[in-house]
Amino acid sequence: MEAAGVSQEAAGRPAVATRGRRRRRRSKTHPLLWVGVALIVLFCLFPFYWLVNVSLKTGPELSAADLLPPSPSLDNYRSIFQNDDFTNGLRNSAIVAFTVTIVSLVFGSFAAYALARLRIRGKFWMLAIILSVTTFPGIAIAAPLFKLWSDVGLYNTLVGLVIPYITFALPLSIYILVSFFREIPKDLEEAALVDGATHFQAFTKVVIPLAAPGIATAGILCFIFAWNEFLLAITLTSSPSARTVPAAIAYFTGSTDYEEPLGTISAASVTISIPLIVLVLLFQKRIVAGLTSGAVKG
Amino acid sequence: MEATTVKASTPQRRRSRGLSERRLAGYMLTPSLVLIALVAAYPIVYAVWLSLHDYSVRVPGLKRWDIGGNYVEALTSADFWEAFRTTFVFTGVSVFLELLLGIAMALCMHSAFKGQGALRTIVLVPWAVLTVVTAMMWRTIFQPDLGFVTSMLSTFGLPGADIVWLGEDGWALAVMIFADVWKTAPFMALLLLAGLQVIPEDVYDAAKVDGATAWQRFVRITLPLLRPAILVALIFRTLDALRIFDLPFVLTRGAHGTNTLSLLAYQELQQNRIIGLGSALSVLTFLIVMTVSLVYIRFVGGNIRALTEE
Repeated sequence: MEAAGVSQEAAGRPAVATRGRRRRRRSKTHPLLWVGVALIVLFCLFPFYWLVNVSLKTGPELSAADLLPPSPSLDNYRSIFQNDDFTNGLRNSAIVAFTVTIVSLVFGSFAAYALARLRIRGKFWMLAIILSVTTFPGIAIAAPLFKLWSDVGLYNTLVGLVIPYITFALPLSIYILVSFFREIPKDLEEAALVDGATHFQAFTKVVIPLAAPGIATAGILCFIFAWNEFLLAITLTSSPSARTVPAAIAYFTGSTDYEEPLGTISAASVTISIPLIVLVLLFQKRIVAGLTSGAVKG
Repeated sequence: MEATTVKASTPQRRRSRGLSERRLAGYMLTPSLVLIALVAAYPIVYAVWLSLHDYSVRVPGLKRWDIGGNYVEALTSADFWEAFRTTFVFTGVSVFLELLLGIAMALCMHSAFKGQGALRTIVLVPWAVLTVVTAMMWRTIFQPDLGFVTSMLSTFGLPGADIVWLGEDGWALAVMIFADVWKTAPFMALLLLAGLQVIPEDVYDAAKVDGATAWQRFVRITLPLLRPAILVALIFRTLDALRIFDLPFVLTRGAHGTNTLSLLAYQELQQNRIIGLGSALSVLTFLIVMTVSLVYIRFVGGNIRALTEE
């Protein structure tokens, strides 16, 4: 199946560079292309711009649809950072997302190495089953986990969120890492083995450093998954002490009860999107390579 | 293995290799497999078990076996079929629109100039915006009176300024579809762009020499060669759309014809605390999604095989 295997190469620089030159010649003959590009940019950015716009408005300005805030103010942002539910949520999200990312990378790279390189039986089925977990509907495990966690005291705790998140992030990281590990030339490992290294040393000293870009890709996608997750976040928590930000803003009311919370909700929404947008800005190439390499979604 | 080897260097090397390959593979795979078995497989089995019981509302903890009762109740309830219909309409329409838009965007990006990197980054923004935030965002834009859409319509004197977008059957689902298309069409475009980039340019040059029009080139060359990429993207998005939960939860809480299977199961379980029926609903959702998932796994089977062969 080419589509899935092929894309890493497509994201590679040389191919893009040569084709880019050829394309530039063509683009002159198609001024319509610019209209298309402008539409894409507008489509992708305007809605989020509108959210930013609303987040900078206060009071009566909120009920007018100005394209620019008449008197931009950061009051909404100030107010959400004084809201304990929101700041708790941010802290919880950060703890959960980093823990999930690190654990998924460590366990994931072990499993991926075994699947990519070691001679064992049943690898096809193991990877197929692991991959099928990424397609599980969250609701099917949310209810039983809710009962289980209530029984063992993990309900409404961060650990109670981290464990199922790792379960969903692991298959993602395994799948991405297997395809990256397989691209590392075997000779390098074999050289290390001949020099007396154990398989495990070959893995930690040779494969891991060479697969750093793949590990970064898998890590970013795991982080984004954990930051984004909503269903389990609202099912397995009951109070702001354990809620992550997506769950926190779903229960958001303004800083005061009589206030229309539109401005503060928008500010909170913009704020929690910033970490992910920064990741996209910094690692666009890596993310695209990861998304397309196994056609596995983050 | 106490190999009796002739060369002095060999046993030394053997010993230094430590664990045998199979042992090492076992150690390396066990944590992941155990976790997946405990936290993904076990809950599903538990959900099936829960769904085969009848629970007393008055006495917590009291339950008795009731094989199939909850499933009969689920499958004969109007709510289930409404959620079923909504989920499939949502999935069908949004995935179809995402495909059309995705192809258009991918073609546009493919034939673009320098600055393709910047364009890709921009296209990733909707993908990076959290689903909950996406829902909040479109709720803001489609608000009655002060939302962007309503005020634009009334400024230009267009019809529809009096529509309460998220408060009417049909429109609410349309907004939900729109929000999903916004968030995921760019993702589709990136998958398809990767597929486009491996079609050799020579094929097009040859077709041009033979006098094929741009449309002919698209239909006869691009689409057939893009087929594998399109299929993966479609199955992928279908799997996601069938599980949709965040969007209806935030946009409407499932009101006005937007209740999906996942959300319905959630409501029975969490809000109404009807564990048996709720579990039956989530098992049904699981079965529906897994049917599509099998198609997906079959489809990427070749890829999995390529990744695991020696």
